[in-house]
Amino acid sequence: MTAATAPVAPAGDADLRRVLSAVDKGRRRRDRLMTGLVVGAFVVAMLPLVSVTWTVLAHGIERFDAYFLTHSMRGVFGGMDAGGIYHAIVGTVEITLFATLISVPIGLLTAIYLVEYGRGALARSVTFFVDVMTGIPSIVAGLFAYALFAVILGPGVRMGIVGSVALSVLMIPVVVRSCEEMLRLVPNELREAALALGVPRWLTIVKVVLRTAVAGIGTGVMIAIARVIGETAPLLVTVGVIDSINFNLFEGRMMTLPVYVYRQYQQGLVPCAPDAVDCVATINYDRAWAAALTLILIVMLLNLVARLITRFFAPKNLG
Amino acid sequence: MTSTTSPPTAGRRSDGPPSRPAPALRRSGRVRDRGASRVFRWAATGAGALILVVLAAVAVFLVLRAWPALTTPAAELTEKITWLRGADSLAAFVGPLVFGTVLAAALALLIATPIALGIALFISHYAPRRLASGLGYLVDLLAAIPSVVYGLWGALVLAPLVQPVWAWLNRYLGWIPLFGGDVSPTARVILTVGLVLAVMLLPIITAVSREVFLQTPRLHEEAALALGATRWEMIRTAVLPFARSGIISAAMLGLGRALGETMAVLMILSPGFLYSFKLLVAGQQQTIAANIAAQFPEANPLGVSALIATGLALFVITLLVNMAARAIVARRKDFSGAN
Repeated sequence: MTAATAPVAPAGDADLRRVLSAVDKGRRRRDRLMTGLVVGAFVVAMLPLVSVTWTVLAHGIERFDAYFLTHSMRGVFGGMDAGGIYHAIVGTVEITLFATLISVPIGLLTAIYLVEYGRGALARSVTFFVDVMTGIPSIVAGLFAYALFAVILGPGVRMGIVGSVALSVLMIPVVVRSCEEMLRLVPNELREAALALGVPRWLTIVKVVLRTAVAGIGTGVMIAIARVIGETAPLLVTVGVIDSINFNLFEGRMMTLPVYVYRQYQQGLVPCAPDAVDCVATINYDRAWAAALTLILIVMLLNLVARLITRFFAPKNLG
Repeated sequence: MTSTTSPPTAGRRSDGPPSRPAPALRRSGRVRDRGASRVFRWAATGAGALILVVLAAVAVFLVLRAWPALTTPAAELTEKITWLRGADSLAAFVGPLVFGTVLAAALALLIATPIALGIALFISHYAPRRLASGLGYLVDLLAAIPSVVYGLWGALVLAPLVQPVWAWLNRYLGWIPLFGGDVSPTARVILTVGLVLAVMLLPIITAVSREVFLQTPRLHEEAALALGATRWEMIRTAVLPFARSGIISAAMLGLGRALGETMAVLMILSPGFLYSFKLLVAGQQQTIAANIAAQFPEANPLGVSALIATGLALFVITLLVNMAARAIVARRKDFSGAN
């Protein structure tokens, strides 16, 4: 703060400027150092992003083809140069869709409650606990779903729907948060205009408020799906692993993409006989990378769709 | 929202039929909803209440399934569950796991917080305005990568990469107990785990603290600059004091996330069940979440029950951390004057 002890008689404009802008060296050096550190922090953060993206692409692209996407792991063993992720894609899509089916109505209605009706202690505690719920560890959500179904159906249950319940525990708070934000953006004048015309409250909400916010809600749901589709631990605990295709959510184990990645990684290197022709030592890792690439592509696609929804469906005159 | 102030003069005139009940209803001051509106309101309120029920149910069902392990005598427990490894009670078994969980999370937080604050400052105060949101999006992309991919990357790419660094630390700084012991040749150690977890925490801590930095009153910043402060001095005197509680809660949110992270730990760490601060030695620590995921598929009923008991401990810890963080954020909202 000792910078500008102004001179008594300024000699001229240039001189004055020089005196005023002269900061003592130490302070300027420190400022530059901090600028360097701050920019450096950003660069450091970009390193893992670039590294992850690059390695997944470089390792995964090799096996990422139509065969890989359309075959399961049934009858594949050892270092066989075969096997794919069709069964895992089926499982991931079904389980995630069902989780969405559970979470979106509950999440959306909760958001409507918070924005349109919520007052008093209940609304405050719902807001608070939705925030707390975002922090539930995913494996605890898995254990909860397992415990829930174990109480109902007896222990040792492994089926797709248990995984869906686990995922929806993780998904509901995300849906509530984003929908709430979008509903709050709807200008109050619209609600008042509809109510003044004698439209009942619920029709006002459905036809005016939701209609206005539909783009934002779509984006929010997409982002919520993108968040849970990569969850591994809860599915590992509730759905288990399997090598063949299972379309039935309500019976038997299912494979999912993230669990597939983990499973392949866990199986590790294959000991190949030195003269074996049809044996790839790193086959499990190769499959894991290719499945990881598929997973990342799906997540990026969902994020992209979310952005496109905002761009093309957003009402132009939204307050 | 719907302040329906009825027109003051309309109801007073006595020219209408006096027996009509409508004015009386109007005078009560609020629109009462009937039929479909009421059903809708109850559905919405019910959904809100359901959230609370779900959270309570998580606790209740975990306790329910953990009960057998909690009430079985220790001797029987160790006899039936092979991986209890001679721990003479469930508490003695959970202890090292809690220690490992906290140690991994603390390491991650220690690495991630300064970097995340730097990124947040970069985006809010250093980067050119037009680039800022795009750069913010890049950081958010880090959160879009699934944790299992981080695990795969950490185990197959990062671990071989950092192994020479850990060996160097061990050779020259080995006199510090943290870096002592026999350095692991595969780098499947808790410090590597902390590094990967730190990457996963970056987007969370950055997002929250960026919001707080952007809320700094413009006038404070301009006042600092007008007094001749450099950019860093402006940040130190105007931005950071304003954002202090926000930074704390951001770090705690990150802590909550790190405590519960499973896959990265499961895939990278070579586990052990000791109270050990040796960061570079394999087979020393294990976290609750990774232990559950590792043992669950092959556990017998009592073993499952014991694992759920450890899950309950994790749930309580993360719940407390998250509630504290959210309480700080909420209190701050009341005082900040923003919004």
